[in-house]
Amino acid sequence: MVKQISIFLENKSGRLAHVTKVLGENGIDISALSIADTTDFGILRLIVNNPEKAEEVLKKEGFSVGLTDVIAISVEDKPGGLYKALAILAEHSIGIEYIYAFVGKRENEALVILRPDKPCEAIKVLTEKNIKVLEQEDVYNL
Amino acid sequence: MQYWNPTYECMSREDIRRVQFERLVETVKRVYHNVPHYRNKMQAKGIEPGDIKSLDDLKSLPFTYKDDLRVTYPFGMFAVPLSEIIRIHASSGTTGKQTVVGYTRKDIETWSEVTARALVCAGADKNSIVQVAYGYGLFTGGLGLHYGTEKIGAAVIPISGGNTKRQIQIMKDFGTTILACTPSYALYIAEELHEAGIKKEDLKLKAGIFGAEPWSEQMRREIEEQLGILAIDIYGLSEVIGPGVACECKYKCGLHINEDHFIPEIIDPETEEVLPEGSVGELVFTTITKEGLPLIRYRTRDISSLNYERCECGRTFVRMEKVCGRTDDMIIVRGVNVFPSQIESVLLELGETAPHYQLVVDRVGKLDMLEVRVEMTPQMFSDKVKNIESVEKRIRSAIESTLGISTKVTLVEPKSIARSEGKAKRVIDNRKI
Repeated sequence: MVKQISIFLENKSGRLAHVTKVLGENGIDISALSIADTTDFGILRLIVNNPEKAEEVLKKEGFSVGLTDVIAISVEDKPGGLYKALAILAEHSIGIEYIYAFVGKRENEALVILRPDKPCEAIKVLTEKNIKVLEQEDVYNL
Repeated sequence: MQYWNPTYECMSREDIRRVQFERLVETVKRVYHNVPHYRNKMQAKGIEPGDIKSLDDLKSLPFTYKDDLRVTYPFGMFAVPLSEIIRIHASSGTTGKQTVVGYTRKDIETWSEVTARALVCAGADKNSIVQVAYGYGLFTGGLGLHYGTEKIGAAVIPISGGNTKRQIQIMKDFGTTILACTPSYALYIAEELHEAGIKKEDLKLKAGIFGAEPWSEQMRREIEEQLGILAIDIYGLSEVIGPGVACECKYKCGLHINEDHFIPEIIDPETEEVLPEGSVGELVFTTITKEGLPLIRYRTRDISSLNYERCECGRTFVRMEKVCGRTDDMIIVRGVNVFPSQIESVLLELGETAPHYQLVVDRVGKLDMLEVRVEMTPQMFSDKVKNIESVEKRIRSAIESTLGISTKVTLVEPKSIARSEGKAKRVIDNRKI
């Protein structure tokens, strides 16, 4: 499983800039991100090369920060590629809290971050069907 | 020992009213003749001492505000010559000039009497060892409890506040049975005891008498649990006499006001009308035995209510509800009085400590809108939107059921609510009325 860092942000200008500034100054590299937004706040979710350090430096800056286990999978970069993985989860009634894609990609592969409601079972069923689930090291160094 | 002075503490309502009336008449005469400031105030209202013909005439008398004490600073409200004053205290002037209070020998005697009653409420007797960890000095906390302890013949440890390691050492070595300090300091002592590996079983502590700041029931439970004691609330303000104006008994449902010395009223802070029994409003005190600084209808700014029902403990003195806020902080939203402390107690239910919060009132069209901004805490945070939204919803419905009005709850980032001197500014009123 992969450690995702999540940050509570008020909906006002400059907050996202502040987060990226702190991460940049501490040499932390972002490899995937997404924002869930509501009227008043947003939750920024990041995959970075050093999640523990990111958590530490952001907490020091006063942010509400959390570390969550998510899974990273690699799917074929062609029409129907993502469907193949999601169909397996649907078949096993595994729900997805949220999903987002990586900034970069590998040749012929698209990388996707998933937060399933049953992570261990999700990994098991995906691996059984030959969907590639990435290890921490694979992801952090992308 | 169940009561310190049952003659007064368990007096019938009829007798209390009789004693109060006699003493009120005498007090009004004294301030009229000896305090020019009061004479002027009464003349301005067209009232003379002879107009006080029953206890109900109290409400025709003018109020005394903290400002009256400021404009007559330092000794202008004293009703006796300085030669009769044997003690002077002063309140820290956080909101302006400090206020000065003077005591005659009889006033010190009265003060000792009321704190003695409070200590007996906490279970003290002459075998008790009372550690007074309130500050000694100009502040009335320390010396007030000190004299009460001596009066009942218990042993007082006048350690004053601070130096927690020493507090703990003495508490353990001397076998302190009663601790008197602010509730927040009691919690701090509890933490330090834990750090030092001292268990509550290693101590002889039985009760604590805590006051000088507002505290919640939640805080009481924590103190009682961590120190293994009975924790009771004591109320007072230096202008009226100091700690001992009122105190809880072991049943902890309201503080018995020493009505043979102080007459309480509850008024609407806006209209200044006396409110019917049981209503929540501003607490007003008239002192009826004080010589040095007698006060007529002193506006405390503290919010409470009065309960005249008979208490299980047998005391007949009226009980004031634990002070739940200050009128200075009160806001009126859609006709409903809202105190920040009400919001605080709702937030306390969510976790061990209340997060920082702020109330923002605005008028949108013709309607008042109350927004409660709450700083995110680690317990509330989640990577899922629906979890955070459900926290918001929980806070909103809890506040709505407490206040009876709808609010908007907004979660904000930690430390984003401006603080001055460590305290957050609780209310922002943007209405232009």
